[in-house]
Amino acid sequence: MKHAHVGPWSRWLLTSLALGLSSTAAFAEIGQIKVAKGQVSVDRKGQVLPGQVGLLLEAADVLKTGADGSVGVTMRDNTLLSAGPNSILALERFEFDATTSQGRFDSQLRRGTLSVVSGRIAKQSPEAMTLRTPSAVLGVRGTEFVVAVDE
Amino acid sequence: MSSLARRIAVVALAALLAACATKQGSVVLLPERDGKATAVVVTQGGTQVPLGQPYAAANLTSAGPKAYQSSAQEVQTYFAAALAAQPLPPVQFTLYFVEGKDEFTAESKAIIDGVFAEIAKRPVPDVVVIGHTDKVGSDAVNDPLSRQRAEVVRAALLARGIAVDKVVAIGRGKREPIVATAEGVAEARNRRVEIQVR
Repeated sequence: MKHAHVGPWSRWLLTSLALGLSSTAAFAEIGQIKVAKGQVSVDRKGQVLPGQVGLLLEAADVLKTGADGSVGVTMRDNTLLSAGPNSILALERFEFDATTSQGRFDSQLRRGTLSVVSGRIAKQSPEAMTLRTPSAVLGVRGTEFVVAVDE
Repeated sequence: MSSLARRIAVVALAALLAACATKQGSVVLLPERDGKATAVVVTQGGTQVPLGQPYAAANLTSAGPKAYQSSAQEVQTYFAAALAAQPLPPVQFTLYFVEGKDEFTAESKAIIDGVFAEIAKRPVPDVVVIGHTDKVGSDAVNDPLSRQRAEVVRAALLARGIAVDKVVAIGRGKREPIVATAEGVAEARNRRVEIQVR
């Protein structure tokens, strides 16, 4: 059987591939869509992905909901974000060290409605989480609030 | 124009401008579920409005933020859909170990059953296993130790059938003790592993 002869080079390749995949899964994701209703999409690097339950989110993703849509996200630091219909939410920057809880979370609600329950990043350092609207900046000391941006 | 008439005109103009200020949005602080202090600071232009009480609110306008008092009813009217889409909050379980061993106590075995019941409630569950140590030793010792404790629990969850990519193990070292102690104090209640299902 040919494939039984796996040389050291291919073995190295397979090992690094496996390691690479697992570390990518651990570090690229910043959160996950846990709830989705109606029309939900995610803009990522020029592509439009369907915003399905289970989709892993990455920094710079932009979530959009339609007239009948709503979406709920749990971030890696346990921040909960949920947007109502006709909303645009940009997850601009997310950095989180799970050991120290140090991090940075900046997002922008460009349109629509959003409810927020802040998580470990805001709890660790009160300056580390901001939510912007087109005209205002919200410093999040904790914990639960809602924001609307009118059209 | 008399000075009184001028004053009236100025006040009227100011009122008119305030009325004309376009509303751009709003922010409402909600009550805490666990009764802890909470706050959001709204900054628009050069003006800051701190929101610190339940239903303290600010309208965002072209003339800056305007503080007002909102209500549960108003929040329901405008934010019902957003609030209904909120994911289930993470639920936390705590496991303790038989001293000096990688073996759960009898109570901890029952807790693991609870973890699986919570997982079953969620459409796309993921699990974070967080190891902690007491305050004996430095971060350099405790960070890897807490991670090892978490890995033991992660392995136990995997053995009971959770998918590999659904569970991450992390170590918090001695940063988050349950019982506050001085540095160097051995405390069994701080040597624990938390399982968050979210």
